[in-house]
Amino acid sequence: MELSYTVAVLIIPVFMFLFLGIVGVKLSKKTAGILGTLAMGVTTVIAYAAAITYFFGTDQGQVVDGVRQQLTVLDLTWLEFTKNLVIKIGVLLDPISAMMLIVISTVSFMVHLYSLGYMDGERGFQRYYAFLSLFTFSMLGLVLATNIFQMYIFWELVGVSSYLLIGFYYTLPAAVSASKKAFIVTRFADLGFLVGILILSFYTDTFDFMSLTSDPQAAISTAGGATFLGCSVMTWALTLIFMGGAGKSAMFPLHIWLPDAMEGPTPVSALIHAATMVVAGVYLVARLFPLYAVDVTALEIITVVGAFTALYAAAVACVQSDIKRVLAFSTISQIAFMITALGVATPELHEGVGYMASMFHLFTHAMFKALLFLCAGAIIHAVHSNEMSAMGGLRKYMPICHIAFLIGCLAIAGIPPFAGFFSKDEILVAAYAKSPIWGVWLSVVAGMTAFYMFRLYYKIFWWNNPDYGHHTPHEAPMTMTFPLIFLGLVSIVAGFIPFGEFVSVGRADYSGFHIHVDPKVAISSVVIAVIGIVLATVMYRKENDIPERLANRFRGLWTAAYHRFYIDEIYQFITHKIIFARISKPIAWFDRRIIDGTMDLLANVTNSASFAVRRMQSGSIQTYVWFYLVGAVAVAVITILCLI
Amino acid sequence: MDYSQFLYMPQELGLLIVFLFVFLFDTFLPKRYQSSLPVLTSVLFGIFTLCNYFMLSRGVAFNGMFENTAATFMIKVILNIGVLIVLIQSIKWANSEDMAVRRGEFYELLLLTVLGMYLMISARHFLLFVIGLETASLPLAALVAFHKKRYESHEAAAKYMFTAVFSSAIFLMGLSFVYGLYGSLYFNDIAYQVMNNTSAMLVVALAFVIAGIGFKLSLVPFHLWTADVYQGAPTPVTSYLSVISKGAAAFAFMVVLVQVFGAAYSKVWEWMLYAIIVLTITLGNLFAIRQRNIKRFLAFSSISQAGYIMLGVIGGNELGLASLMFYVLVYIFSNLAAFGVAFAIEQQSGKVSIDDYNGLYKTNPWLSFTMMLAMFSLAGIPPFAGFFSKFFIFASALECGETSIYILVLIALINTIISLYYYLLVVKAMFISPDECSIARFRSSCGERVAMIVCTFGVILTGIVSCIYTFLVEAAKDGMSMFGLLN
Repeated sequence: MELSYTVAVLIIPVFMFLFLGIVGVKLSKKTAGILGTLAMGVTTVIAYAAAITYFFGTDQGQVVDGVRQQLTVLDLTWLEFTKNLVIKIGVLLDPISAMMLIVISTVSFMVHLYSLGYMDGERGFQRYYAFLSLFTFSMLGLVLATNIFQMYIFWELVGVSSYLLIGFYYTLPAAVSASKKAFIVTRFADLGFLVGILILSFYTDTFDFMSLTSDPQAAISTAGGATFLGCSVMTWALTLIFMGGAGKSAMFPLHIWLPDAMEGPTPVSALIHAATMVVAGVYLVARLFPLYAVDVTALEIITVVGAFTALYAAAVACVQSDIKRVLAFSTISQIAFMITALGVATPELHEGVGYMASMFHLFTHAMFKALLFLCAGAIIHAVHSNEMSAMGGLRKYMPICHIAFLIGCLAIAGIPPFAGFFSKDEILVAAYAKSPIWGVWLSVVAGMTAFYMFRLYYKIFWWNNPDYGHHTPHEAPMTMTFPLIFLGLVSIVAGFIPFGEFVSVGRADYSGFHIHVDPKVAISSVVIAVIGIVLATVMYRKENDIPERLANRFRGLWTAAYHRFYIDEIYQFITHKIIFARISKPIAWFDRRIIDGTMDLLANVTNSASFAVRRMQSGSIQTYVWFYLVGAVAVAVITILCLI
Repeated sequence: MDYSQFLYMPQELGLLIVFLFVFLFDTFLPKRYQSSLPVLTSVLFGIFTLCNYFMLSRGVAFNGMFENTAATFMIKVILNIGVLIVLIQSIKWANSEDMAVRRGEFYELLLLTVLGMYLMISARHFLLFVIGLETASLPLAALVAFHKKRYESHEAAAKYMFTAVFSSAIFLMGLSFVYGLYGSLYFNDIAYQVMNNTSAMLVVALAFVIAGIGFKLSLVPFHLWTADVYQGAPTPVTSYLSVISKGAAAFAFMVVLVQVFGAAYSKVWEWMLYAIIVLTITLGNLFAIRQRNIKRFLAFSSISQAGYIMLGVIGGNELGLASLMFYVLVYIFSNLAAFGVAFAIEQQSGKVSIDDYNGLYKTNPWLSFTMMLAMFSLAGIPPFAGFFSKFFIFASALECGETSIYILVLIALINTIISLYYYLLVVKAMFISPDECSIARFRSSCGERVAMIVCTFGVILTGIVSCIYTFLVEAAKDGMSMFGLLN
């Protein structure tokens, strides 16, 4: 196959991971960083080449009846347990995986480059680059997977590399506990994912995406109407699979790990916790979308979870004081937008525009959110703090960063002509088409987004002018500003990509969707965004006491939102007071007393027995042989007794 | 007599040639070249191992006494790999001062036992089988006693010798019962007759036959010699005993039980085998927990591993045989890696206690790393080969789908968890224990390193490259169908 070189995008990063992991410490920091970045550059070029060939190639078989086909460019059988139970490893190219290739490689390369400056002088610099390579490898493997089992393997690998990178500063207790939290919460969600995979493949007899999605109606009906607790088992399977996705994509109530994950280095937050890994859940649902489209119940669950999370996260983001936390909650909210878009997308309705919109927003969001995080990194680098109170008036000191951050804010707020406007507009169109309730709901959230993003912007770059002392903040080095400029440009123009031409549900009747700006929706969403921005401008442009008074006025709401509506506390309560105290303690007691006791007893008995046997043995082979003979005869006697 | 029949045994002939070469070198090589003997033998055997791969010849020879199938061919190839690793491992040791006059004997005896195992594997007549068994057992007594100046070595050899002779006697008695019952010692004849005629006498006969081979496999309760002998013998001999000798016996055991007495399975030896497996795995584990001497520890671990191998016999079909062969292959790599590290350390510092391994990571990271891989593989942690071998062997046993087997596999699984505990104790000692390490940093000899690298790659790759298993299944199918009386 012509495109089989795509597999190089997996081989290069994994090789770099092994190389930097094993001999990295022997290299100088600079060499290791540059090598890692160069390898990532090559990977990016290959990924672009593959995606461009895929989208614009006109080969026979690549496009049939105007629909771009799914291409399996590599297909290896890894384990063959039985005829049906075959685990394969392969590379699948289709519109969404090719799109993800571009997203991941671009952001990853930018982060590699940016980290050269940001992580300069850190301990474990080589290790950092090794982990970045591992992450890139796992994430690319995830999106290129041909079957759900392979996806699961890479899914876990992504989780591992996220764990390693969040806990990169392993001497800080906060980082360590954050990495543990992230790992445990997502693993818990993955339990649902695994059970879902098992149910799904049990009935459909396959792991393969192509055979699952080519005839979703048939795949769903393999369950033959089997139900469990009143729902069809396929609904269970799909919902459980979505649970895995919700864990990785930080959907309520599994979102609690993402804000804490900000303890990792900021470029890592940009790469993993804003642009790529956290959208894995969206990607998963999109990948299996034909199945979800058949199962209405599962799709409704997705819509509700997504819409609720969007509002919840936006509300929390309005009052946080840590710059990265605001961005984290904004990420949660934006991903929830994508999830909702998938939920409201039914092929019958408006040509499945929600599906396209979701992917479009994924693409643009990856770019402008990575931009925002990298800006945040540059700011943190300059003022050595995450708290907004330590910032203010920075527009004079960091002009490039200021412009880039402003572009990011305008993009996320949905102001034309920036990228976010177009993708968010499509989501709103899809939501209004499904039901006005969802439309209004998401419009409100969009307004809140504009508000909190500009609150952040003004607090950092305007507000007051704290005394920085002799340590004046200054613009970051070139390796850090270049990614900002590049991603800023992308955030400006990405909206003009005729996205609908490239990514569609993948059937003849939906392909070639033309993005058309619906004037009613567009105007109303811009107006709402502008209201949000104006509000933020009034409140935060100059230092004043309006925010303080408002907070006092709505003290209860403010505190609750500041404490993220006590979700973490509820988790603490459930795990510590209920699970640990009521369930784990008795089990632990049982384990220590009964099981360990039995084991100890057994071991002690055996131990003393072995001493006894040894004493009998020493010097006397007769005893030895005696045991042997008794053993043989005993075996015979027991067997005869059994037979009788 | 038609001498062309010998062409059916190319592997045996090849091995004999290697043996003769070694013998001639040993006898006629001038004194000053004598020290090149270990390397020469390793190279010769290496060439033989490579050529071996092209020596597949299937067929029956000597009036049906001897048969080669793809399965016997494969197990011999696998054993050869193991023997080669042992040979490479022991190069430096064989060149040491006090081995000077006896190094030829070491290699000659070792190769002879390999020949014995070959015969045992390919035998289709109990006389040939016994000859093979004895050839494989008795020279080992001399090898166990190879540390001339060490008392333990002699004690071990004496214990081994007596038990070996005794078990042979029991085995022969069992065979004479069989002969009395069926009037033939040909596998085929017996297999035919067992289908029609089982009596209580067969139970006794089988119990003795199992006891006889159980000695070689060190199944409980025929295992008592194992720990003493493993501890007392020179380490290369111990690793040879624990891996090669066991692998060959396991294959032969399965052939005898399934292909000869297969028809009496549910009537006679089903529960015998269950009891032995459960006892072997459990007791081996429970003893291993308390061991502080690394060689005794590995002895008990190898006892329980033998129990797992026996699960392949339960499967009783080509999947069982393939899983058994796969298990042996993986076991060779994992155990030889562990013994390789233990041997290198013993050679260097004379330390054999697990307590001495505390903090080994700081002084010898690569050795600790190899040992850790070996322990993980033995414990069956994915993605190392040991996980897959356990998985396949459990799966093959479960294939029968009887409730009793589910319980058996459950017990085996619980034991896996127990075994995890003591394998990880070693890892913990090396990596986590805060003590200063009493073993200084050192560089192991070239041969030891090569052997360890080969084992490490084996442990990592055999699990992942699944076509090996598919390949073994094909071979096992052939092995079962050639005999194919029962199917």
